[in-house]
Amino acid sequence: MLKIRDLKARVVDGPEILKGIDLDVKAGEIHALMGPNGSGKSTLSRVLAGHPDYEVTGGTVEFEVDREPQNLLAMEAHERACAGVFLAFQYPVEVAGVSNTVFLRAAFNAICKAQGAAPIDAFDFRELLAEKLELIGMDASYLERPVNLDFSGGEKKRNEILQMAVLAPRLAILDETDSGLDVDSLRIVSEGVKKLSTPDNATLMITHYQRMLQHITPDIVHVLMDGRIVKTGDHTLAEAVETRGYDWVREAA
Amino acid sequence: MDAIADRPKTYKYGFVTDVETEKFPKGLSEEVVRAISARKNEPDFLLEFRLNAFRWWKEQEPPRWAHVEFPPIDFQDIHYYAAPKSMEDAPQSLDDVDPELLRTFDRLGIPLHEREQLADVAVDAVFDSVSVGTTHQDILAEMGVIFCSFSEAAQKHPELIKKYLGTVVPPRDNFYAALNSAVFSDGSFVFVPKGVQCPIDLSTYFRINASKTGQFERTLIVCEEGASVSYVEGCTAPVRDENQLHAAIVELVALDDASIKYSTVQNWYGGDEQGRGGIYNFVVKRGRCEGARSKISWTQVEAGSAITWKYPSVILKGDDSVGEFYSVALTNNRMQADTGTKMVHIGKNTSSTIISKGISCDQSKNSYRGLVKVTPGASGARNYSQCDSMLVGDGCEANTFPYLEIHNQGAVIEHEATTSRISDEQLFYLQSRGLDSEAAISLLVNGFCKEVFRTLPLEFSVEAVKLLEMKLEDSVG
Ligand SMILES: Nc1ncnc2c1ncn2[C@@H]1O[C@H](COP(=O)(O)OP(=O)(O)O)[C@@H](O)[C@H]1O
Ligand SMILES: [Mg+2]
Repeated sequence: MLKIRDLKARVVDGPEILKGIDLDVKAGEIHALMGPNGSGKSTLSRVLAGHPDYEVTGGTVEFEVDREPQNLLAMEAHERACAGVFLAFQYPVEVAGVSNTVFLRAAFNAICKAQGAAPIDAFDFRELLAEKLELIGMDASYLERPVNLDFSGGEKKRNEILQMAVLAPRLAILDETDSGLDVDSLRIVSEGVKKLSTPDNATLMITHYQRMLQHITPDIVHVLMDGRIVKTGDHTLAEAVETRGYDWVREAA
Repeated sequence: MDAIADRPKTYKYGFVTDVETEKFPKGLSEEVVRAISARKNEPDFLLEFRLNAFRWWKEQEPPRWAHVEFPPIDFQDIHYYAAPKSMEDAPQSLDDVDPELLRTFDRLGIPLHEREQLADVAVDAVFDSVSVGTTHQDILAEMGVIFCSFSEAAQKHPELIKKYLGTVVPPRDNFYAALNSAVFSDGSFVFVPKGVQCPIDLSTYFRINASKTGQFERTLIVCEEGASVSYVEGCTAPVRDENQLHAAIVELVALDDASIKYSTVQNWYGGDEQGRGGIYNFVVKRGRCEGARSKISWTQVEAGSAITWKYPSVILKGDDSVGEFYSVALTNNRMQADTGTKMVHIGKNTSSTIISKGISCDQSKNSYRGLVKVTPGASGARNYSQCDSMLVGDGCEANTFPYLEIHNQGAVIEHEATTSRISDEQLFYLQSRGLDSEAAISLLVNGFCKEVFRTLPLEFSVEAVKLLEMKLEDSVG
C-alpha cells in the first residue's frame, strides 16, 4: 500500500534530515518505527502527511488508491488525508472556537465528498461518534469542547485516536501516541488501535521505546537512526532495542 | 464599466457605473450647505439645523485621538453632493429609474425590480448622494411602517424628523457629527408605530460611485412603544487610488418596550496592498433606549475601508433597558480600524453586552476601544464585555483599549480578553484531516466569530462568512 524509495528530505533551506529511507507497508500490517530522539521519525511522518515546512530533495513515495499506486508527494496535505493517510500528531494542535464535533464532522464530510460519498447528517454522526468514543474509552463531554484546547497531554493523544477511529484511514501513522498516556489509558488506547486494525488498512507506530508495543505486537519493526533505516526485523527487534539500547543497533548495523 | 483587471481580485465590487453625474463644485461653505438644502427642497428647520452645525464645525479642529494614521484631510477638496443626472426630477417609481442604476444594484446582488426583489427584505438603495428607490413600501405602509429615503421623509413627514433628528447625536457632538449635520445628503428613515412588529427586515444599501466625492448619509430609526424592527446596512465602493470620505450618522430611538436590531455588513473598498486608496469610514452611530424595557442591539461586520473609525453606542436611559454590541472587524493589507462601543447606563437595572472579535492580517492595525459608563443613579447596572483578537501573520497589530467609568457601587462589570493567532501549524493540522485550506480557514473564522454571526439575519450571516473567508484567503494562502 505504501512504498517509500530513497526518500530524502529537509526543512526548507535547512540541513538534510531524512537521508534515504526505504520502507514498504502492505495492507493488514502493523509496523513499528523506533529510533532515538532526533533521528527523524516525526520528520518522516510529517513529510508523508504533506507538511509545508519540509522539502523533499530526493526519492519517491507511492501510495495505493483503489489499488492504483499514486505519487503521494504530488498531493496536497488534504488530498492525502482524503486518500486515506492519517497522522496522529506527536504534539496535537489546539484549535480555539471549534468544537470537536464540528471539526470531526467537517473532516468526515470533506473525506466523504472527496471519495464521492454522500455527507452524513448530524444525527447519524452522533451515533457514529458514540460508538467510537466507547471504543477508546473517552467521555462524551470532550465532544463539545474546543479541539484539544486545555486538554491534558494524555487527553490530546486520546483525541487523536478518536479522530483516527472516526475518519477510518487506510494508513494510520501514530507519532509517539504512547508518550503522555498513563498506564491505564495506554492499555485502553492500544486495545482501540488493535480493534481498528483490519486486513484492509495498515498502521505505522512511531515510538522511541517499547511501551505501546507491549500491547500491540507489530509485524515488522524498523530502527531509524540519523535519517536512515538501519535495521528491520520482527517484534523481537523491539525487545532487543529495549534491553540493549540503540548503540547496539548502530554497532550491529 | 471601466477596466479594473489588474486591481485586487478579491474586491469584486470595485467597478464604476458610467452615468452622467451632477456634482456640486468642490469645497464647503455656507453657500454649499444652502445649495444642498435647496436642491432637496427642504423645510426651513432643516436648513437651520444644517447651518447651525456648519457654523460650529468651521471653528473646530479634526480630532486625532484614534489609533490610526492618515494625512490631514483637505475638506475643501471634496465634492459634497453628487447625484446621477437622471435622478434630477425624482422618478415617481422604480420603473422610471435609469436602467444603468438598476443594473448597478443587480450587480451588487440587490435587485430592485419588482420581479426579482428580495422577498423578505425591503431595500432602500442609495447611490452617491441620493436614494434610487425603496422596495416593498406599500406592504409596509399598510402596517403604518414608514421606510423611505431621508429626503422623502423630510418632505412627507417633517414633523417626525423635526421631533427626533439630532436628539441622539446632537449636531455639535463632535467634528464629524457636525460635518454630517451640515451636509448630509441621503440615507434612510424608519418609523415603526406603537405596537407594530415590522414583518420583514429593512435594509439600506449604500453605494459610492462618483470620484472625489464624500458620502454623508443620515439614518434615523424610531420605534414607538412596543414596536420592533430589524434593519440591515450594506456598503461598497469602486476601487480607486484616492481616499474617499464617508462620514455618516445613524440615530436610533427606542421608546418603552421597543426593540431595534441594527446590523451592518461593511465592505467599502479598503485600499491595495501598499495602502493606496480606500474609504475613510468615520461614522457616528448611537442609539437611545429612551423607554423602559427597550432594547437596542448593534451587530457589525466591518471588513472593508482603509480606515474604520466608529463606536456604535447605546444610551441606556429607560429602566431595565438592554444594549448589545456584537462586532467582527477584519483588517488586511494596510487597513486600520479603531472601533468599539460605548454603553452608558443611566436607568435602573440596565444591562449591556459587548462581544468584539478583531481579526488582523498582513500589515494592518486593529484596535478595540470601548467605554462602559455607569452613572450614579444606575443602580443594578450590569455589563459583560468580551474582546478577542486573532492575528494572522506577524506584521499586524491588535490592541484593546477598554475604559470603565463606574459611579455606582452596585454595578456588576465583567471583562474578558484573549489574543490568538492562526498559525501554519493549525492550518496543517486541519488540512491533515481532509479539509482544504479554504475549508480550514472557514472553520477557524466561523469558530472565532460565531457568537457575532449568530446575531445576524440568516442571509446576511451567510454573506458575512463568505466575505471574511474571501479576505482571509488572500492573507493566509
Ligand atoms: N521544523 C523543523 N525545523 C528545524 N529543525 C527541525 C524541524 N523538524 C525537525 N527538525 C530537526 O530534525 C531532526 C529530526 O527531528 P524529528 O524528526 O522531530 O526527530 P524524532 O521525531 O525522531 O525525535 C532534529 O534534529 C530536529 O531538530
Ligand atoms: Mg518525534
